[in-house]
Amino acid sequence: MAELTYREAVADAIAQEMERDDKVVFLGEDIAKAGGVFKTTVGLYDKFGPDRVRDTPISEQAILGAAMGAAMTGLRPIAEIMFSDFFAVCWDIVVNQIAKTRYMTGGQVTMPLVIRSANGGGVRFGAQHSQSIENWAMMIPGLKVIAPSTPADVKGLLAASIRDPDPVIFFEQKSLYGDKGEIPDGEHVDELGTARVVRDGTDAVIYALAAMVPRSIKAAERLEADLGIRVSVVDVRSLVPLDTRTLFSEFRKSGRAFTVEENPRLCGWGAEISSLITEECFWDMDLPVTRITTPHIPLASADNLEDQMIPSVDRIFETVRAGLD
Amino acid sequence: MWRLQLEVRHLEQRAHDLFLQNLIKGTSHLAVGQEAIAAGCATAMRPGDYTFCTYRGHAHTLVRGASMTGMLGELMGKECGMLQGKGGSMHLTDVEKGAMGSYAIIGAHLPIATGAAWAAQYNKTGAVSFCFFGDGTTNIGAFHEALNFAVIWKLPVVFVCENNLYMEYTPIGEVTAVEHPAADRAGAYGLESIIVDGNDADAVYRVARAAVDKAVAGDGPSLIEAKTYRHYGHSRADPATYRPDEEVEEWMAKDPIPMYRSRLLEFGVPEKVVGDIEKSVLKAVDDATEEAKASPVPRDELAHTDVWADGGSAWRN
Repeated sequence: MAELTYREAVADAIAQEMERDDKVVFLGEDIAKAGGVFKTTVGLYDKFGPDRVRDTPISEQAILGAAMGAAMTGLRPIAEIMFSDFFAVCWDIVVNQIAKTRYMTGGQVTMPLVIRSANGGGVRFGAQHSQSIENWAMMIPGLKVIAPSTPADVKGLLAASIRDPDPVIFFEQKSLYGDKGEIPDGEHVDELGTARVVRDGTDAVIYALAAMVPRSIKAAERLEADLGIRVSVVDVRSLVPLDTRTLFSEFRKSGRAFTVEENPRLCGWGAEISSLITEECFWDMDLPVTRITTPHIPLASADNLEDQMIPSVDRIFETVRAGLD
Repeated sequence: MWRLQLEVRHLEQRAHDLFLQNLIKGTSHLAVGQEAIAAGCATAMRPGDYTFCTYRGHAHTLVRGASMTGMLGELMGKECGMLQGKGGSMHLTDVEKGAMGSYAIIGAHLPIATGAAWAAQYNKTGAVSFCFFGDGTTNIGAFHEALNFAVIWKLPVVFVCENNLYMEYTPIGEVTAVEHPAADRAGAYGLESIIVDGNDADAVYRVARAAVDKAVAGDGPSLIEAKTYRHYGHSRADPATYRPDEEVEEWMAKDPIPMYRSRLLEFGVPEKVVGDIEKSVLKAVDDATEEAKASPVPRDELAHTDVWADGGSAWRN
């Protein structure tokens, strides 16, 4: 087992897949010679050269269009959108083109590409560089949506995304880039569409994603230590495909669920999970599903303002405690 | 090229007629009057080259050799449609023939065509990517992003602007900073300014051929502005009453079909040969119309296939 940071796991996964398959190519702004603005891609340019690891202009439509055209004609591109907020300037290519072209052509093309992006807040960048936009992607038919919380999952799920024959939006949570974790030795490939129970419990379940996973685990630990409440935590990991089997089986143990979402309130992924539980696990429900989210306001940049918006360990602890009271 | 232009003309006219009979629903953007660009470029293209075009894409798809029955079937929402009834008029695609899709959001396919050219460069296949778009596209960001990108990566892509003088209902000159919407921008990307008579298939062929040669030689992209005129309005909903009568008359006199017929006769091609080609095209259009009419509608279950590469549409387990 080697210990890597979340950021190092990105380059590790890309290198593993580029070594395996020479159709894997990588493009984005400052990703080659500079190694990425978050230093997630250091070393790839030196290792694989300028034909496979290519710097682009600040042209997000061109980046994703080029990735799509190349995917349709035999390559397996990885494209980086530096901050997920920038999806707003190339959303047509993502939503109207990449997501729909296979379907609209009656299956004449496949679209094996990955779009990686630094997502989420917690680093005081303000409302245009901190959004959690996984729900934007989740609501579009034809896109797979992944958001890992640990270095091992970054490597395993990114490798799986690169091998997947469909377009995958891969959200890296930027406040996690410095987190360390153990990564299995040798080739590591995980499975899309699988959630993971990261903490067992029988009194309630918390569904969390990306940076909200470690916070939920901490809150659960405190709930047990302080109050003897045993809460399980499920790392959802994959929004599309969604592992409803794991979500539901964990729910049925207690009939009480909480979602912890970094996105603003309206139409967050937790609303979909809440709806699914209501429709399909109604007779197992003991409490309504409670959603813990960022309020429905743009993110502020000042320490205290941002901190009070994004769900914190304290807020998760208090909401679960009050809910089970 | 005579045959290709006739195929486009008669298939488009048939699509128009079928609309009037309510056998084709939705919308449609006909290329009647613009046939010479499609025919000239397709003749310069080789098997394995790529075509990316817009929602005004019947012509560019057909001239790559796509089936008329598949096209009319798609327009009519039949199972024999080339997209199984899932795309319609604005998305005609025949990947096997190199027709890589018709894109209905202005500008989107310029970067996509650029990406196909990137794959060709990377894989050293020698393929060239052709990208057709209208004059209105030159004012959207993706046009500029794609041109810059294609130039700096020296990609084998040929951008062809079909300047039919109107973006949709508004004259392009009223909304564009320069007189020639594509050619006058070429210099900004270090490209040669190329303007061609888009109603002359031979002239189009010559510039397209030169662009293919340049791309294959590794010398990067070209931007061609082909001047033309559409005989109908922008779409099915548009009677095009905004165009001055004199302008319409002037351009109808430059209709590429009679012009090409005269040229063939001038060059000594027997009238019978010219006429026989037209007869055989008409018959092919008639046959395709009957086949498409006779086809059943798509099976209901097709609505749920091919979202994903596994053929299905499941978003959960």
